Amino acid sequence: MSFPLLTATAALPAVGAIVTAAVPAGRRTAAKWTALLFSLGTLVLAGLVFARFEPGGDRYQLTESHPWIADFGVRYDLGVDGIGVALLGLTALLIPFVLLAGWHDADPLETHSSRWRPTQGFFALILMVEAMVILSFEATDVFLFYILFEAMLIPMYFLIGGFGDRAHAGSEENAAAQRSYAAVKFLLYNLAGGLIMLAAVIGLYVVAGSFSLSEIAEARANGSLEMAGSTEKWLFLGFFFAFAVKAPLWPLHTWLPNAMGEATTPVAVLITAVVDKVGTFAMLRYCLQLFPEASKWATPVILVLALVSIIYGALLAVGQRDIKRLIAYASISHFGFIVLGIFAMTSQGQSGATLYMVNHGISTAALMLVAGFLITRRGSRLIADYGGVQKVAPVLAGTFLIGGLATLSLPGLAPFVSEFLVLVGAFSAYPVVGIVATVGIVLAALYVLVLYQRTMTGPVRESVRAMPDLRVRELAVALPLIALLIFLGVFPKPVTDVVNPAVQHTMQDVQKKDPQPEVEAAK
Amino acid sequence: MSATAVHSLWTTAGEVTSAAPGDRFTAPTIEYAQLAPVLIVVGVAVLGVLVEAFVPRRARYTTQVFLTVVALAASFAAVIGLAADGYATKSAHIAAMGAIAVDGPALFLQGTILLVSMVSVFTFAERRLEPAPHGDGVSPAGTKSRAWGRVDSFAAQAGSVPGSDSEKAAVKAGFTTTEVFPLLLFSVAGMLVFPAANDLLTLFIALEVFSLPLYLLCAVARRKRLMSQEAAVKYFLLGSFSSAFLLFGIALLYGYAGTVSYAGIAGVVDGDIQDIDPALADTMGNDALLLIGGAMILMGLFFKVGAVPFHMWTPDVYQGAPTPVTGFMAAATKVAAFGALLRLLYVVLPGLTWDLRPVMWGVAIVTMVGGAVVAITQTDIKRLLAYSSIAHAGFILAGVIAASPDGISSVLFYLGVYSFVTVGAFAVVTLVRDAGGEATHLSKWAGLGRRSPLTAAVFAVFLLSFAGIPLTSGFSGKFAVFKAAADGGAAPLVVVGVISSAIAAFFYIRVIVLMFFSEPKADGPTVAVPSPLTMTTIAVGVAVTLVLGLAPQYFLDLASQAGGFVR
Repeated sequence: MSFPLLTATAALPAVGAIVTAAVPAGRRTAAKWTALLFSLGTLVLAGLVFARFEPGGDRYQLTESHPWIADFGVRYDLGVDGIGVALLGLTALLIPFVLLAGWHDADPLETHSSRWRPTQGFFALILMVEAMVILSFEATDVFLFYILFEAMLIPMYFLIGGFGDRAHAGSEENAAAQRSYAAVKFLLYNLAGGLIMLAAVIGLYVVAGSFSLSEIAEARANGSLEMAGSTEKWLFLGFFFAFAVKAPLWPLHTWLPNAMGEATTPVAVLITAVVDKVGTFAMLRYCLQLFPEASKWATPVILVLALVSIIYGALLAVGQRDIKRLIAYASISHFGFIVLGIFAMTSQGQSGATLYMVNHGISTAALMLVAGFLITRRGSRLIADYGGVQKVAPVLAGTFLIGGLATLSLPGLAPFVSEFLVLVGAFSAYPVVGIVATVGIVLAALYVLVLYQRTMTGPVRESVRAMPDLRVRELAVALPLIALLIFLGVFPKPVTDVVNPAVQHTMQDVQKKDPQPEVEAAK
Repeated sequence: MSATAVHSLWTTAGEVTSAAPGDRFTAPTIEYAQLAPVLIVVGVAVLGVLVEAFVPRRARYTTQVFLTVVALAASFAAVIGLAADGYATKSAHIAAMGAIAVDGPALFLQGTILLVSMVSVFTFAERRLEPAPHGDGVSPAGTKSRAWGRVDSFAAQAGSVPGSDSEKAAVKAGFTTTEVFPLLLFSVAGMLVFPAANDLLTLFIALEVFSLPLYLLCAVARRKRLMSQEAAVKYFLLGSFSSAFLLFGIALLYGYAGTVSYAGIAGVVDGDIQDIDPALADTMGNDALLLIGGAMILMGLFFKVGAVPFHMWTPDVYQGAPTPVTGFMAAATKVAAFGALLRLLYVVLPGLTWDLRPVMWGVAIVTMVGGAVVAITQTDIKRLLAYSSIAHAGFILAGVIAASPDGISSVLFYLGVYSFVTVGAFAVVTLVRDAGGEATHLSKWAGLGRRSPLTAAVFAVFLLSFAGIPLTSGFSGKFAVFKAAADGGAAPLVVVGVISSAIAAFFYIRVIVLMFFSEPKADGPTVAVPSPLTMTTIAVGVAVTLVLGLAPQYFLDLASQAGGFVR
């Protein structure tokens, strides 16, 4: 048997979490370095996965298969397709930056008792989330995926509720109340989505008699598994509801601004750049593959919801006074684009959507983490408390600008490629939808540039006069991310090469062909 | 043993005249070996009573704990021995002249009950939690000894009036109510018989045998004695009420079938009347009697499992009873009662599956939703767990309704899972204390995670398991019953089930929020450091929760092998 690379990639951060949690209370720095080393080791393993993956090869590669709970028909089946590889790589890539950015976010306060070990907990929980997210990208068993989809809520919940943003306006008690509200809202929304999905997962098993993704897909393709139309629609809705909460799609998005606002910035990045991707990834892998007919049936409604997300998220972002909530609403807008790309059912749209997931992860991480550095310095999340920062801290302002420009999809930076593909894909299938979605780009320019203008330009505010520029640790976070944004902006081939074959498979599942241009044929 | 032979056991009165004088009475054949689990427990319980009478007070606690643990372990060994001899599968049969079934579900449930009782006994025997004022460490003879300073959760002298001088004297003398151990054993004996009972009279007697000691156990709390006694009276009154229903139902079914044996009644339900008793010629085969009688018996059992609308006693009794008793009762009673319910539905009334289905659906739905919704408003941790147990009864009912072998095994599995989590959770409740004893009000649990991270983390694991979060045993159990229900055509029940799970998740999460995200109060409770006894209970609970969450396969196999009722 060959080396179980996929298991190792998920197991390493899990082991890291346990080791980190076990570091004694007094050795905080040791805990941090342990966590960072484990996350870097995971990155190396993810690189190996990327290297060993053959884009033109089988659909699922590096597969592992072991019996797990025979009574439920559950197997421990792993395998990655191009989409999985891309997102696995994104996750492994971002976690070290998240850890580095959150280096001091969980240092204990003087008032804490000596037995309370927040630092160890914080780093261990992040690694735990990483392990679960990676495994969920690798799972090819519906049940295994479901378990991870639900279980990752628990460490996320403690990350949001247990480690608040120190830069909170108002009293500590008030902050704690808002934080636990945000954490509970996050958990209840996602748990409700997950439980609805549980009903659908059980229903799927009753209908299909198996949890194996490839078995079910094969049975569907060769016609041995007939699903009544209404059954398929109900099951599809059960799955889609959970993913739409996670993604998040309007009108199920309301937990995201709370969670991202109250969490520390690294955790906010973890939510939007990593964990939420599981939702859109699952739409692509599970909704389309298991329920192709129902997916086509639901497309019009989902496209409208995606459009509403794009426009609504962008409009609310324009109106925000809080930097972190602004980025949260911008993310909602971007998730609208991703869903749009997936359900446009064209290969450009789906390639674009996958690429968008990767690029959005990197660009949001860059913008949010630099915003976090800014917020930590001033101790406020309100845009109105800033002004003229670029004169005091030019490097900070510069990195912030590049993150912002990536968010508004400036050509030359990575998100442009994916957004363009999504729009082209949408336009070729549904021209009106494509046109409306373009409005989102205009609004993105508005909220990013206004944010930059209000915080960074203008006269230097008294409160930011003494603001130091980025430190080495912070530069180590910001610069590689920016380099990646530029690299993938001019040369997205490494990612698209991996993603495209997988998208072709998905297109076959839903039996859709790209609309051919009608040039002269009409005459 | 054939159905007619069983039938004749209970209908000899009508045959006496016709039989030859010498044949009036045949000595019953009792398979003592197969009844060993029950007999061991009853025997040691009787011995325990003698211990109370003859062993000096000083040595009673040790003797009783030792005897109880040995009895439960021996009984468990007997169950394992029977299962190893194949009684759970191929040689399952009916013992004791048709009174007791020795089959897979019976042995599985008996094993579960014995293990759960064992870990419960540890919490009964815990003596490190009550602080000094309840025993000054000086024996009446004036010598200082550890045994006198330590007291458990039970009243110094159950017979003394709360607040009276005799109570004070008993406390000062350092008395303890060691009678709880034989009481527990009697109760366990009843519970062992209950799911194995193969005729309605045995069922009724088992019910009383396990209920009466429980009523007493509820009344003997050391702290808040009036509340404890009130709980016991409520439990007793409502319990007697439900027993009366059960008994009346039995009478009606006897009128219907002319027998109280399960197989006999099932035969009549299937239209297979062997010989009509002349005295019952008018009533036998009358479906009205069957339906009303069946419904009344179900009512009696629904009361014991705590299904809505027969759940009213649950919160008060759970709150008032001494917490170790609550844990034991919540876990073991539920196992026994669901076992009996399963046997009744699958052996006696399978012919009624369709008639009963709307009722069962209704009860399951209101139980799931009712338990979950009302739990949200609770402010006392014990009441909260009580309502949560009601919601869980609803989930289990969904599996009962499945009416398939999968349904049986999923319910067996769920019962095993649930009982260990419950005992563990109540054991944690006994640890959180302030000056007034256990601090059960939820507001006092605020910030517990900051003060005692380990205790809070353990309790959080139990809560997550109750909530059915994946990777805990609660999820495996919930998945098993919902899958069985969906397979059995009860998809709407599954949908209601997941919605109530979502509601239920809210209040479990709320407790976790309180423990971890709230600032601790200055005058908050402290977490007492327990002896290895309670630690064992909690550790077993956590271990079972995690093992059955990650790798439930072995126990699922066990449950599905045990999934066949003998008739």
